[in-house]
Amino acid sequence: MKTLYKMPEAITERPTTYCPGCPHGVAHRIIAELLGEMELTKKAVIVWPVGCSVFGYYFIGTDAVEAAHGRACAMATGIKRAHPESFVITYQGDGDLASIGIAETIHAAARGERITVIYVNNGNYGMTGGQMAPTTLLGQVTTTSPYGRDARANGFPMKVPEMLATMDGPVYIARAALDSPKHIIQAKKFIRKAFNAQARDLGFALVELISSCPTNWKMTPVEALERIKNEVLPIFPIGEMKVNEGVA
Amino acid sequence: MDKKVIINEERCKSCELCVDVCPKDVLRISERLNPKGYHPVELFDNEGCISCGFCFLICPDAAIVEVRRPVKVKK
Repeated sequence: MKTLYKMPEAITERPTTYCPGCPHGVAHRIIAELLGEMELTKKAVIVWPVGCSVFGYYFIGTDAVEAAHGRACAMATGIKRAHPESFVITYQGDGDLASIGIAETIHAAARGERITVIYVNNGNYGMTGGQMAPTTLLGQVTTTSPYGRDARANGFPMKVPEMLATMDGPVYIARAALDSPKHIIQAKKFIRKAFNAQARDLGFALVELISSCPTNWKMTPVEALERIKNEVLPIFPIGEMKVNEGVA
Repeated sequence: MDKKVIINEERCKSCELCVDVCPKDVLRISERLNPKGYHPVELFDNEGCISCGFCFLICPDAAIVEVRRPVKVKK
């Protein structure tokens, strides 16, 4: 028998604490695979956020730091400047990065810090019970928008990669989805380029991963992935927003 | 023949994503219970599996640990 796919070594034995069908585990596996393939596991420092992935350091066996809510990019800046030889990744959700941590993220991007940001967007605050986030779609029902998100009262969903792609500091900005095997393979390609940007000392890189939240969307995992395909991806189209030379 | 898909039943949370993406429908949710109280997924038709790895790619809980393909023996 020839092995085609095997769990990467950086994934630990400990079972994840996520709900059944939560794509966080897929994002963890992609990161762990790429760290193994690029031989960066020993050098990697992952800055974990506040949110469902707060216990991420139990599931990927690298060096890790736990940041205050939204401050992962600021913390990563300090780590990278103090230890330029380390490989610094931040792993953040949409409530963490796009809401409370938007200032840290934009300024880290504007400074062109040599860090890689993995931004997992599921359209609500998953851990605290599904409140409205900046990325919640118009009309989406959450616990704090019980009649659906209204543009006049709550504004429009925030598209972080498009915003950062207009700046000069970032060298690689992309959006991928975790809703099907095809898109998961594509997501791995995008994250590999984002890792290249830091491994070759080029600059700031961010990859948004469109994810689901079956529990708070009140759907089965399969229905939640269907909703990504039918409702979320038309608003948040996948693709590469900014690719500088030398990243690919 | 050896199993083409190796499943760690203790980690499975019975989310059925692998059953949904399997192009040959060779996976199903079993009747057994694992220590967490979920019904783990099982490969019931090893012959029909084409080792495409879709189940591995979509599995969020690292429950599908390995996908293998038989090596063709030249005669």
